[in-house]
Amino acid sequence: MTPWTTILIASAVVLGTKLLGYLVPASVAAHPRIQRISDVLTVALLASLVVTQTAAIGSAIVVDARLAALAVGAVLLRFRAPFIVVVLAAAAAAAALRAMGWAA
Amino acid sequence: MTSPAVRATVSMSLGVAGAVSLYGISFGALAVASGLDFWQTQVLSLFMFSGGSQFAVIGLAATGAPGLSVITAAGLLGVRNGLYAVRMSSVVGPGFWKRLLAGHWTIDESTAVAIAQTEPRAQRIGFWLTGAAIFVGWNAMTAAGAILGDALGDPRTWGLDAAAAAAFLGLLWPRIQSRQPAAVAAVAAAITVLTLPTAPAGLPVLIAAAAGVVMALLAERRHA
Repeated sequence: MTPWTTILIASAVVLGTKLLGYLVPASVAAHPRIQRISDVLTVALLASLVVTQTAAIGSAIVVDARLAALAVGAVLLRFRAPFIVVVLAAAAAAAALRAMGWAA
Repeated sequence: MTSPAVRATVSMSLGVAGAVSLYGISFGALAVASGLDFWQTQVLSLFMFSGGSQFAVIGLAATGAPGLSVITAAGLLGVRNGLYAVRMSSVVGPGFWKRLLAGHWTIDESTAVAIAQTEPRAQRIGFWLTGAAIFVGWNAMTAAGAILGDALGDPRTWGLDAAAAAAFLGLLWPRIQSRQPAAVAAVAAAITVLTLPTAPAGLPVLIAAAAGVVMALLAERRHA
């Protein structure tokens, strides 16, 4: 699949899901189980993506500056720092560790 | 005649939109760093228009995941938008074109601002203003980030790969403030670590998602 095909189909799926919500009768989608599954799905996917983004290079697990940067992000989140601050601080931490040669 | 409730809604909408838009810069820069070109990046912000799913696309594409798992992961992350839409249906009201546009702008933030209001009029303003402001800001900042990202060179030098990890953590954080979701996140993370080296690219994320749903259903049965 070319990148363009992937991007267009994925966009159509995500947009279609939003539109579908305006067609479904409220009673079906407001069912507590549907609500819970949706919450859990989001949490599990995001947690898995945190790991992939932090520790994977291709299909290998690699510990490098990203893990330290993620820890910095977690501390800032703990202290309720705004999203953009968390993202920038993590980038700065990884960049600094690499510039000093302390981590790959 | 603007009521204090409406004024509070407007300021909340614009505050949220400003913060989210800024973060569009990192999306644009990271997308280019992951190998997408300028227009591929911009199309994601214009049409997909859902931060979590967009980051999933560029994150998985960078690991060499096949198109089908990229689409599945992005689609599953977008499921919650469909449920927000159901919730927003009565706020938006009737009218085909209005509902079509509302559908496009139904995201975490527009829904959150709308349901935080008590007056129906403030709810409507919250939804539309937040959605519109983020759509404009997010797309403008995505473009800026994509142009900037091209000029930066190796993304690792700037820690952009770590920024992506932190971005996912930032999206996850508010959702794991109670015990059950925190447990689901921990199991999903562990499964990802265990399956990454052996499962085909793109699959670990989907296995983790499936495990999370199974966990939730089992917990539900125990409580019933």
